Amino acid sequence: MTEVLERLGYQVDFPAAQTCCGQPAFNSGYTGDARRVARHFLDVFNTADYVVVPSGSCTSMITHHYEDIFQGDAKMLESAHRMAPRVWEFSRFLLEVAKAEDVGARFDGIVTYHDSCHALRELRIKQGPRRLLAKVQGLTLNEMEAAEECCGFGGTFSIKFPEVSGGMARTKIDSIVKTKAGTVVSIDSSCLMQLQGVIDRSGLPIRTMHLAEILASK
Amino acid sequence: MATIKETVADPRLQLAIYSATQRLIDHRAGAVGFKVFPEYQDLRTLAHDIKKHTIEHLDYYLEQLEANVVAHGGQVIFCEDAEQVTDFVLNLAKQRNARLIVKSKSMTTEEIHFNERLEHHQLEAVETDLGEYILQLAHQRPYHIVAPALHLTRYDVADIFTKSLGVKKEVVIEEQTKIARSVLRDKFLQADIGVTGANFLVADSGAVVVVENEGNARLSSSAPKIHIAVAGIEKLIPRAQDLAVFLNLLGRSATGQPLTVYTSFLSGPRREGEVDGPDEFYLILLDNGRTKLLADPDKRQSLYCIRCGACLNHCPVYRKIGGHNYPWVYSGPIGAIITPQFHGVSKDPWLPFASSLCGACAEVCPVKIEIPKLLLKLRAEVVEAKQREGAGGLERLAFRMFSWMMTHPRVYLMLACIGSALAPITPKIGPLRKWTSQRSLPPLASTSFHKWWAERSSK
Repeated sequence: MTEVLERLGYQVDFPAAQTCCGQPAFNSGYTGDARRVARHFLDVFNTADYVVVPSGSCTSMITHHYEDIFQGDAKMLESAHRMAPRVWEFSRFLLEVAKAEDVGARFDGIVTYHDSCHALRELRIKQGPRRLLAKVQGLTLNEMEAAEECCGFGGTFSIKFPEVSGGMARTKIDSIVKTKAGTVVSIDSSCLMQLQGVIDRSGLPIRTMHLAEILASK
Repeated sequence: MATIKETVADPRLQLAIYSATQRLIDHRAGAVGFKVFPEYQDLRTLAHDIKKHTIEHLDYYLEQLEANVVAHGGQVIFCEDAEQVTDFVLNLAKQRNARLIVKSKSMTTEEIHFNERLEHHQLEAVETDLGEYILQLAHQRPYHIVAPALHLTRYDVADIFTKSLGVKKEVVIEEQTKIARSVLRDKFLQADIGVTGANFLVADSGAVVVVENEGNARLSSSAPKIHIAVAGIEKLIPRAQDLAVFLNLLGRSATGQPLTVYTSFLSGPRREGEVDGPDEFYLILLDNGRTKLLADPDKRQSLYCIRCGACLNHCPVYRKIGGHNYPWVYSGPIGAIITPQFHGVSKDPWLPFASSLCGACAEVCPVKIEIPKLLLKLRAEVVEAKQREGAGGLERLAFRMFSWMMTHPRVYLMLACIGSALAPITPKIGPLRKWTSQRSLPPLASTSFHKWWAERSSK
């Protein structure tokens, strides 16, 4: 992501004090713990012009759910509201802020794109990553039938209900295999970790890659 | 009954669930697309707003409904729970010397175990919806809100018919339907009472609206001398004209039909000069915990549900675990949000967590219930309840450590270093074992991003 952004002329900073957006705690019902982590996030990124996030899920947590967790806390709500418009999911930043569709990448092979749930349904990101992929030289995008179906990760869901989560991934992977793609691309690493884990367990010759990795390829 | 693990691992059952739900998904998609139905999204918003308004003025519309039903010669009975419903029906049956009840499909009566309760009093209640009839013979509860026998193949049905009715094995669906029909026709003619549910209760006209595809609800409500409709109080809509919104959404969302085959508008007993209809009409309005849901201004939207089943069909978790693994008759995402509210969050604390929060449910909900948001709220309530009960200490500690670590970056970095060093020799226990039961662990990067960044910046 850094390479792509720098290629486009942006100065990238990586605040070393950054940790997590707090979503794992929020999604597990621990709102108080999520609030503590969220406050830390807001502190760390306080001065940035743009916060570019390589994850639809984390982006949505910050832009959509900080609102929920700081309900009743006017000061923090204001701080969350000030942050939200500066937080950008990576692909959306490229297209809407940097106005770059072709970032000069080259990747030889057939890929298929996995719509991660929070990017798709909370951030309404659907065509953007595909437009970026379409400009990558040497790349063929084969759509899978179940592109919009959940990979089954779901944070702690994946360890609370391993069989269901694993089954969901296998259903998704069946759909991936049909595309003959050697690479599955997404904008959320957690989905990719889930899918790669099940792919490896099944011994399939498929690799998962974040969109940023594809766009950084030369 | 197959457990979650068994259901996921049973290829036959998985195929039955997947093919049936996929059919419903495809049919719906064909009926709500912008080209065929451009007003769909606007109607969803409108439906949400109408339901919101109705639920917030429930007392007003209930009174209006009652007055109009009575004006048509019917009676309205408010029941707090299952017992009051049974008492009313048993009393009436005794007074009228009734023995046989025919029923059309009704989730509300499933909710209160209507049939079993009457059985104890030698009152026979026969389900007349084909799917429900099959399930009654098999002693199973509905697998799905709209397609109750969705999990059964025609071969399963053949076995059930042979076992319960003594007929020879018949695997052709049309022939199976004939078998059921020959039994049920007699029941319709003999029945003393017909019981139906209701899809909508129209306050301004006092009408009970029932949608169906088989015609059995129309028969149940008109053939016997007495018709009893059982409905939850949330089925109200203010005006007959609102049906234009809801009927358009219900059929399309449920089965992809612009309108179901039968839509019955039932208002009171047969009047003079009318050919059809019962002599007596009763509308049982059931609370059974619904008023509890009114208390929370956010969660009360759960009562907007029109029971179309679209959230079940589109839920990847429902499609894996099936309907019977949900603790109550309402399964899928809607079941996961209403069950804890009806029964208390402590009864099945796992339920709100049985979701990847993918949001497919909310996207297809015709009345725009924010299901993932409510699941999150319920999760927080489960955690609070556990804390009150002194349970779940280990998980609470884990998240406390998580938030402490994530607000102390130095500790976080140090622990991350230690963690990656120890990872290869860490025994696979706890959450790690759960993870590796299904998947491999990701290989660790040779260097952390923090380190890479620091080295890069110092150059």
